[in-house]
Amino acid sequence: MKRSFGEHVFDAINTILLLLVIAISLYPMLYVFNSSISDPDQLLRSRSFMLLPEGFQLDAYKHVFSNKKIYSGYLNTLFYVVAGTGVNLLMTSFAAYGLSRMDLYGRKTMMKLITFTMFFGGGMIPTFLLIQNLGMVDSRWAMIIPGAINTFYFLIMKTSFESVPVSLIESAKLDGANDFRILFRIVLPLSKSILAVMMLYYAVDHWNDYVTPMLYLRSQELYPIQIVMRDILISSSTESMGAGADTGFAIGENIKYATIIISTLPIMAVYPFIQRFFVQGALIGAVKQ
Amino acid sequence: MKVETQLAMKPAKVKTSKAAFIKKELLRNKYVYIMLIPVILYYVIFSYAPMYGLLMAFQKSYSPIKGIMEGKWIGFDNFTMFFESYYFWRIIKNTLILSLYSIVFGFPAPIILALLLNEVRKKWFKSTVQTFSYMPHFISVVVVVGMLKTFSALDGGLFNVVRGLFDLQPIMFLAEKDMFRPLYILSNIWQGAGWASIIFLAALSGIDPQLYEASKMDGAGRWKQLLHITLPGIMPTIVVMLILRLGAVMNSDFQKILLMQTAPTYETSDVISTFVYRSGILEGNYTYSTAVGLLNGMINFSLLLLANYISRRVNSTSLW
Repeated sequence: MKRSFGEHVFDAINTILLLLVIAISLYPMLYVFNSSISDPDQLLRSRSFMLLPEGFQLDAYKHVFSNKKIYSGYLNTLFYVVAGTGVNLLMTSFAAYGLSRMDLYGRKTMMKLITFTMFFGGGMIPTFLLIQNLGMVDSRWAMIIPGAINTFYFLIMKTSFESVPVSLIESAKLDGANDFRILFRIVLPLSKSILAVMMLYYAVDHWNDYVTPMLYLRSQELYPIQIVMRDILISSSTESMGAGADTGFAIGENIKYATIIISTLPIMAVYPFIQRFFVQGALIGAVKQ
Repeated sequence: MKVETQLAMKPAKVKTSKAAFIKKELLRNKYVYIMLIPVILYYVIFSYAPMYGLLMAFQKSYSPIKGIMEGKWIGFDNFTMFFESYYFWRIIKNTLILSLYSIVFGFPAPIILALLLNEVRKKWFKSTVQTFSYMPHFISVVVVVGMLKTFSALDGGLFNVVRGLFDLQPIMFLAEKDMFRPLYILSNIWQGAGWASIIFLAALSGIDPQLYEASKMDGAGRWKQLLHITLPGIMPTIVVMLILRLGAVMNSDFQKILLMQTAPTYETSDVISTFVYRSGILEGNYTYSTAVGLLNGMINFSLLLLANYISRRVNSTSLW
């Protein structure tokens, strides 16, 4: 079909606006990257928009990599992500399998009590005091156990488990399989894609978690990368920047930019490949709402 | 009828048979219940125990050794103290204003983006824009606030470079109370609009293509189609999302605000949750801050019930 002049104008304006959206989404990251490799003195004086780097150095990255806190932060985060997500998936699968069994006595009551917690809770202070009384303050457990189940994700998983044919489960039972076997051998293998979605969601949540460690962790050797970054980027303690006597003041800004790049790179690098899983999850969540 | 009279006549026997029934059920699904034990424990300990802890709100002080039952009850004194305090109006006002600005400026952004994307003919261009606009969603809030902070640097920070273009003096953006709300809302839009557009794109893909064909026959251009088919088509989704958003009007993004706020901006940036954090965790006024948190939780819960009621009326869509 032939397009009119008006249609062409419409398309052109639309394309320009969307190109602008790309530019706005990308620009801050580009700015941060170019700043991180720029010459420190030029960076402070140039007053430029950093579409290209001003000068060149990689010292900032050397500083970041030689910063022990960033290493330990990274390792801690890795531990919290792996252990935390493992516990999350196990607990959420248990909950989702159990409560997707329609013939379960007490199912409705349990569902009501669980759903209620999405809308009302004890809040920050009673929860904090509870964790304190449980002796979890300043321990790795605080990063893993208190958030073991995200109720919203549980509901998504339960909906997905409900679509596994009951006849399949019944016949497995007749063959003498118990529910653990059914969950791990039949239901989970049939729900691989939802499992992948849940894994990614939980993992990103752990990676980005900042409030839990801020509230419950006290010792530096337990700090995840987000807290280390807060100290470098926001609290701006030069000590945590690793900027000793040998580092000039000027490179401090470069170090901040390099820290942002290094902490954000892992997610940004894998994101394009797993984007569809995330979108799938967002859509299931939306349908649920 | 017959069953009912039987029930009334022989209560003792019914009781045992009910217990027997439960026992039979528990045995029949014993592995499922074993699976659910950690789940139930989790919710009892981490969701319901803190709710019991809310009783603290009616006590004078909290003692970890004595526990709640031994404490001194003071009725609603903590609440009265909060209503009469200097901070009451400030944090209520800040919470509401921040929420309302977020709705006015932030809510339409993903809808507009979804509408723009919907008009793209080339598939590869559409998915490219989507990939890039979703990206900021995965950046942690610490990094976003860290970027805001570095962009506000007096020397060579991006924001002050822009000010320089207009011959304005550099300012400390994060220490200016008038800058807090714009920075908070604009950075939220930057980070969230792309991701939030997914749900509207899904709604858009649900519109019947025949409607567009028919309107083309009637000579409607793209603009007319947008106004008369596309927008009405996603209106139910927009309404539901808006109602839900209004139901969360007393909520605010605790972690982002806490990271962004500096003492000079408290006048605009201090909200209920940051106040609870400061007064409870940092200053140790446990019972008082629990009362403030409980009040906020109750308001939130009522607003959500109201929002859900309205959404069921308007759209026959309910949250639960």
